[in-house]
Amino acid sequence: MTDISLSEPAAAGKTLPPAQARAARLPTQWLGVAPFIIFALMFLILPTLYLILGAFQNADGVFTLENILELAQPTILAAYWISIKVSVASSLLGAFIGLAIAIAIVRGGLPNWTRSATLTFSGVASQFAGVPLAFAFLATLGRLGLVTVLLRAVGFDLYQHGFNVLSFWGLTLTYLYFQIPLMVVIITPAIDGIRKEWGEAAATLGATQWQYWQMVVIPVIWPSFLGTVILLFANAFGAIATAYALTGSSLNIVPIVLYAQIRGDVLHNANLGYAIAFGMIFITGLANVFYIWFRTRSERWLK
Amino acid sequence: MKSGKSWAWVTFILGAAYFFIPLIATMEFSMRMKRGEYSFEAYRVVLGDPRFQESFTFSVVAAVFTIILGVLLVVPTAYWIRLRLPQLRPVVEFVTLLPLVIPAIVIVFGYIRMYGSNSPLPFLSSDIGTSALLVIGYATLALPYMYRAVDTGLRTIDVRTLTEAAQILGAGWTTIISRVILPNVLIAVLSGAFLTFAIVIGEFTMASLLNRPAFGPYLQNIGANRAYEPAALAIIAFVITWGCMSVIQVLSRFAPKSANRPN
Repeated sequence: MTDISLSEPAAAGKTLPPAQARAARLPTQWLGVAPFIIFALMFLILPTLYLILGAFQNADGVFTLENILELAQPTILAAYWISIKVSVASSLLGAFIGLAIAIAIVRGGLPNWTRSATLTFSGVASQFAGVPLAFAFLATLGRLGLVTVLLRAVGFDLYQHGFNVLSFWGLTLTYLYFQIPLMVVIITPAIDGIRKEWGEAAATLGATQWQYWQMVVIPVIWPSFLGTVILLFANAFGAIATAYALTGSSLNIVPIVLYAQIRGDVLHNANLGYAIAFGMIFITGLANVFYIWFRTRSERWLK
Repeated sequence: MKSGKSWAWVTFILGAAYFFIPLIATMEFSMRMKRGEYSFEAYRVVLGDPRFQESFTFSVVAAVFTIILGVLLVVPTAYWIRLRLPQLRPVVEFVTLLPLVIPAIVIVFGYIRMYGSNSPLPFLSSDIGTSALLVIGYATLALPYMYRAVDTGLRTIDVRTLTEAAQILGAGWTTIISRVILPNVLIAVLSGAFLTFAIVIGEFTMASLLNRPAFGPYLQNIGANRAYEPAALAIIAFVITWGCMSVIQVLSRFAPKSANRPN
């Protein structure tokens, strides 16, 4: 690699070198990224492709759609459904609450410390997931949790009113603990991007506060907002540790079904396991295609 | 603004309540181990548990190796993309974002099927190989964060001029990356490293499915079998995450000073 000359790269960007010269140089140029490409292929792309291909094969390696069709059995469908419900609920609630908090600290006229405190805390809480988060919510809203006990002391029994931390709402409430901060961390720069002058300009042109929001603010933050919602969705959809530690296997979300399948082939069909994995990639992939699309659109505004 | 203030305060206080009540509750719960009095008994029990020490040490070592692997993988690549292959940037960025699309459980499922004991690369046939595979898996999980941190760091320095200056002085590629580029993006690398540490230290899915004696599976096991220790562990985990994030914040304060912005 040492034989690559100095002056070429600067020129390469501006004037197109002849096709031959580029072809001759390409192999050495690519050596620089070869380790990364090989790593990504071996430990990210090929293992995933292996599962995707497996989803379309039977035990003898013959192409089939049987595994995909078998996903339609009630237990698996129910697992996908509850996963999608929890992910949608926690991403939408997390997004709107996070947005409200971000607007409050940027535009609410609060003292400066609230902003830095919120952002610092959000950085921590957005990474505070997994098993410890489940413990924290069991200690808060479990049958012996502080909030449960205190509410019972004032005469309101959460669990008699149908609440259970090991349920759809319990899990959603728990996921919000990392979803809201993630939204705050990502959306705050977008709200900072709304310049004061725009509000003044709108007011000068006679816009009402509502028109200003409707025609300036919302269109500007909409793409990055929607993009983050999708990121939050994928974030919740793939998460397993919190749910597993919180509910054991009493709430069968897809990752927990897949976990049990990997551990002990509970479905008695290895290729059905691949199909479940494929379904997960398909759903998060679909969400992320939207995310990338919206992100590129929102970047235009943030510059 | 005056009229807006009250709703902003309400939002802020409600948010703060949602985020602090679980912490307070967990703290309170973790101190209830001795009947009738608050004590740090649960912490004493947890910290004195040899399995805690072993699994925690295992995860710290795994995190350190993950960081080394991540740096070795990301720094030269991000540098090279900036210097020579900018047309490849979208592809590499897409690849680094893949771990956000592909859930960890799917990635590790692929490993288990691809690198079993009768595959050409039998990672899973030995303990050390499995641990190596775990570190590799962690490196993929950390990839989006590490790459973004390093790439942001590289943006603040003039990669081309530094490279040319080093080359004029006779430096080879290894020297350029390790002694010119790396020190210049050290703060960005360290930010990525601490974020990696925070992600890896309590990771459950991969460690559990690869049967490694890591901190995450230990946490899960304690959660299933004990009452007060999990709360203490949650507080400890929160403090570790907080520590990592604080270091990143402190580092970011130094970042602009250490790097010369081009133009």
